[in-house]
This record gives sequence, C-alpha cells and structure tokens, in this order.
Amino acid sequence: MKNSTEEILFTANKLRWEVGDNFHDSILESIYKDASEISSKVVTRVGEKSKFDLDRFIDRIVTGKWTGFPIMFILLAVVFWITIVGANVPSGWIASLLVDTLHPLIKNFFDTIQIPWWITGVLIDGAYLAAAWVISVMLPPMAIFFPMFTLLEDFGYLPRVAFNMDNLYRKVGAHGKQALTMSMGFGCNAAGVIATRIIDSPRERLIAIITNNFSLCNGRWPTQILIATIFIGGIVPAYLAGLASAAAVVTIAILGVLFSLIVSWGLSKTVLKGEASAFSLELPPYRPPRLLQTLYTSLIDRTIFVLWRAVVFAVPAGVVIWLVANIQISGVSVAEYFIHTVDPFALFFGLNGVIILAYVIAIPANEIVIPTVLMLTVLTTKMALGAGAGVMFELDSVTDTANILHAGGWTLLTGINLMLFSLLHNPCSTTIYTIYKETKSVKWAMLSTFLPIVMGFLICFFVTQIWRLLVG
Amino acid sequence: MKLENNNCATCPAHNLANLVKLGIDMSNFDYVVALAGNPNTGKSTVFNNLTGLKQHTGNWPGKTVGRAEGAFQYADKRFKIVDLPGTYSLLSTSDDEEIARDFILFGQPDVTVIVVDATRLERNLNLVLQVLEITDRAVLCLNLIDEASRHKIKVDDRLLSKNLGIPVVPTAARQGVGIQELLKNIHDVASGQFICKPHRLSSEIKNVSRAVDHLNKKISIEFPDLPNTRWIALRLLEGDQKVIDAVRSGEIGSLRPAENFSE
Repeated sequence: MKNSTEEILFTANKLRWEVGDNFHDSILESIYKDASEISSKVVTRVGEKSKFDLDRFIDRIVTGKWTGFPIMFILLAVVFWITIVGANVPSGWIASLLVDTLHPLIKNFFDTIQIPWWITGVLIDGAYLAAAWVISVMLPPMAIFFPMFTLLEDFGYLPRVAFNMDNLYRKVGAHGKQALTMSMGFGCNAAGVIATRIIDSPRERLIAIITNNFSLCNGRWPTQILIATIFIGGIVPAYLAGLASAAAVVTIAILGVLFSLIVSWGLSKTVLKGEASAFSLELPPYRPPRLLQTLYTSLIDRTIFVLWRAVVFAVPAGVVIWLVANIQISGVSVAEYFIHTVDPFALFFGLNGVIILAYVIAIPANEIVIPTVLMLTVLTTKMALGAGAGVMFELDSVTDTANILHAGGWTLLTGINLMLFSLLHNPCSTTIYTIYKETKSVKWAMLSTFLPIVMGFLICFFVTQIWRLLVG
Repeated sequence: MKLENNNCATCPAHNLANLVKLGIDMSNFDYVVALAGNPNTGKSTVFNNLTGLKQHTGNWPGKTVGRAEGAFQYADKRFKIVDLPGTYSLLSTSDDEEIARDFILFGQPDVTVIVVDATRLERNLNLVLQVLEITDRAVLCLNLIDEASRHKIKVDDRLLSKNLGIPVVPTAARQGVGIQELLKNIHDVASGQFICKPHRLSSEIKNVSRAVDHLNKKISIEFPDLPNTRWIALRLLEGDQKVIDAVRSGEIGSLRPAENFSE
C-alpha cells in the first residue's frame, strides 16, 4: 500500500517534468474553451440589447471621480437625518411608557409588598431602568437606520463604496476589501472584525481588524446623535437644528474613516510592513430591493438581535451604577469619590470625571454611555431632578437632558470632545474578545484596545488647547 | 405561504408540505448537500430558502465567510446542507477556494448544488466544469432567471442539462421560484434515482494526455473506488500539495462514492 502510493507520487513527479510549465495554463484554457462553447450553445439574446444600460449609467455616477465621494456623503447624511428626525418622537413615547408610567408603578408595587429598599434599588432603579433606557434610546433609531442600511446593501451600493475607497486603502498599504469590513463595522464592530475573514493576507487582515473600531458602531450612534442634537443643534436656528446635527454626526463618521486610513498607513509603515495585495472586486448588478422582506429581516434579525444584546449588558451595568452611587465610604459614594479624583485629569483633556466613569462602566456596551452620564451628572451636582441616587432615568425631552448637562458644567467643548472620545476609545468587550478569538493573540487584542484610547485622549487634548486659545 | 394552485398540485414536486425546514437541527441526516458557486449568485438565499435559517444575504460578494450549515427534510429524507464561500475557481490557492474545494473533495457531499448566475453563464461555467471534474453528483441551480429575462437573456436549460450531464433547474431564489424543482432534483441525485453523466473536459490537452492517462491508470488500480481519479491525476501533475498529502496518507483511498447513507 505504502509503496504503491509512493510510486504514484514518484511517477507524478517524473511526469511533471515532461508536461512542462504551461500545464496549468492549458488546463485553464480547456476549461475556458468548454465553458465558452457550452454557453454559446445555450444562451440566446432575445431582441436587441437596449442601448441605454441603466446599471452602467448609475455606476458612472456613484463611482465617478468627482461624483462618487459627494454622493457617498450625501447618502450618509440623508440616512442620519432621517434617523435623527424620525427617532425623536417614538423615543419619547417609549420612554414615557417604560420610564414615566411603568417605573413608578412597579416601584410602588415593590414598596407595597414590603421589599427591602436596596433590593428595589438594585432591581428596579438599577437593572430595570437601565434596560428601559437602552430600549427607548436605541430601538427607534435602529428600527429606522438598519432597514435603510439594508436597503442600500440589497440594492448593491456597498460594493460601490468599496470601489470608491479601494484606491485610498491601497495607497495606505491596506487591502481594498477593508472598505467592506469597515462598512460592516458601522453596524457592529464585532461583526466587522469577523467580516475581515474575507481578507486573505494576514498582514492586511490585522490592519483591518485593528482599525475596524474607527467605524462608529450602532452602540455609539445614539450618543453621537443625542450630543449632536443638544450641543450642535443648539447653536443654530431651530429649523436648521436637524440638518446641523446630522452634518455633525456625518463629520464624526468621516473623521473615523480618516483615522482608519491614517492608522492603517501607520501600521503598514511600521509593525505591519508590506505591499498591498491585489484583488478583484466584482461590482454586482443593481437589484431592486425587496422592500417588505428587507424591513422584516432587518427588524427581526438586526434590530431585535442588537437590542437584545444591549439589554443583556445594560441590566448588570444598571446594577453596578446603582451600587457605585449608593455604596458609601465615609459619607461619599464610590461614584462621587471616583469622579472627584478623576475630574482634574479629565478636565485637562476637555472631558470630565463623569464621562470617564461612564466609559469604564460602559465597557461591555457603548449603548449605555449616555444614561450613565446623565445619572452620574445628576448625582454629583445634587440636582433635584430625577429619582435619586443611582437611578438611570429618561428625560421627557432633549431640552431636559440639555439642562442637566449644562448644570453639570458641560459646554459646547465638552460635547464636541465627548463625540470625539466616543469615536476614539476602546472597543466594547465583545469586540475585544472577538479580536482575540480572530487573531488568537493577546498582543493584537491589547493594541486594538489601547491604541484608540491613547488617540482619543491626544485628540481631545489638542482640541481643548486650541479651543481655549481661540475661544478663551 | 401561497400554494401554487395549478394542475401540478398533486405532483410531489409541487407539494410545499414536502419541505420541512429544520434550521440548525442537523441530527440523523441521510444526505449531505454542498452549495457551491461564484460569489454573489444567491447561494445564501438558496440556503435560507431550504433551511429556514437567516444567513446574512446582501448584494455584495464575500458575505459568506467560512461555511454555514443547516438542514431540511424532503420526501422523508433528512438533508444536511453546507453553504460554501463563493469562489471563481477551485484551482488557485485563496482560503475561500481551499475551503470550497476541500469540502467538495473530502467532505464527500452526496450532492453538490452549483448555483450560477444566469446572466453571466459563461464565466460561471468555468467553476461548474471544475466542480464536475471532482464530483459526479451535482445539480445546477440556474439562479437569477428573473434578472436574465429582464436583460433579455434566454438560457436553454434542457440543452444545458444535456451538455453538462446533470439536472439543471432554473430558479429565482429571492422570489422562491423553482425551489421545489430544485429540491426534487437534489433528492433524485442523492438517492441515486438520477444518475449524472458529468461533462469532462473534452478538448484533449496536448502533450499531456499520455501523462494523465498513465497516472490515471495507476491511481485507479490503487484506489478502485474513487470516482474522480482523472482529476486526482491532474492535481498531482500540477503538484497540489494538499492532494499529494492526501494520497500519501491514504486519505484519498477512504473517499468512496457516497453510497453509504442511501438505503
């Protein structure tokens, strides 16, 4: 047995010299020849091919040298504008149902059956409210954003984005397909990291993994949208507010793309040296999206799935927030203690202690940054608003939220810096774990975690210093 | 779901109740089905149609990374189905192509369903012909016929079937058109009711046919059960390391025509 298989291999080796170098090519040739013969027999064109090719026409515009990028930005802006304008009202409805109505009811019920105050606190003021807040703040934007994104994807626009971006990514020494994984990252960074499997070269794949975090994920969109609405929308006339906030969010998203290009360039010039490898990207035909099916699947598969994940992380985080706000060391709560210690350092970077603590608590999920920020602000400024220590709450309107933040000493600068820091900070724990699983390396997972944090602090620092020079 | 109410309603091929989508319940399967094809031809849509799973679909190449598995039941048989990443060929050495190639060769699927884009048949056939060199149990899913007719392209599926020696089913998977016929053909090929006579590369490769024949003979003596000795010979001549290793370890020899599951 062994001998005869070795003999086969030996014969093969010997014959390989006889058949010559162009053997591979001649096989390919015969495949191509047969394919072309068969297809010419079975394929017929009915009637004349129309002179006007709609696909080509659209492609010429959306991948055009001068029109490609503006159209990308405009599409992005329109999607966000619809999301921002459309999500506001339903968010309020859900909040008034879950928080204003149900929360006191449940709390009263717990009080009547004489549950100890701290159990009520942990479960209702911590866990329940965290979940309720995440649902009301995330469900409406996601239910609007995801279907629109899926429609664009179904239509065939994503490969065109990759086509536009390919040149840029190749110039910085990364793989053109990184444009696709980056787009996936706009939905969820963990999904984007997994999607980098479409990149064959390990070097380019690592670059794509490390820089995926620069795509704003859906957990960060609500933060961006809310802060932009309050601080950017607040400085322009009311009728421009929606537009200005959308523009601010798009600017942050584009900044993210720029950072991914810069970091990719830096990596490919230093630790991950190498040439960009070539690849072919087939631009698929445009297909009319199936409207109803897209709505259904993007709602069920994406929205509910992502929301569920957020709730799962928000519940324990709510418990933690309640605990740090209520466990006291010599009269001061752990949260206050932390915030006051960190404040001087944070203010130096144009942020504040509340933001830092919120980002520590929100490591499992970016979605809960805003509720945590609000709760901690109320706590430290000893405001009469809200329901007391450790209670995450929803405010009826954006104006109320703005009032709290202003009372907490927030300025336009704090808002801008929070938007920047939300773009440039560590990925959520799920993404970090995914990076570890995909790279099987603690080193790369750590680099992906700390690189953006360092960048975030640096950028915030420079913005703050320049701001103070100019504005005073 | 709407039942297609025509005279065929009594025919098992049109009986929707025949298909039970089993999702990820892949226990006790009778047959293994592989889904191969070029990128962005609708493999994942066909997969979702059959299993009821929700593999991510979208109009861009490269969505399916690695491979997805699911199951369905048809005509009292349980099928495990594997969605392979889309590839243009099985010859060169990207990860995707290797995953697809290895599964068709070593995974021993009872049926390989090759999903092709009817609007780009010629280029898609390149992959089809390569698959047919490896396996002799295949069904061609001529997908996106709705798009083809929109582009005024007509494909003679019967003539194509005659040329390739395997069943050809025109489908529009996004609309669920043709899935029943596809199921019936998968079943017939898996159960041996339809015997494929797959197309082999016709044009003799100059200078090398002697070498191929010589090697082919040796391999078929050593591994009499192998259905695709000629392809193995070609790969050995090309110096395909994976196939060389498989021959050396004897793994190739354990690959039998996949009769073991049928009754």
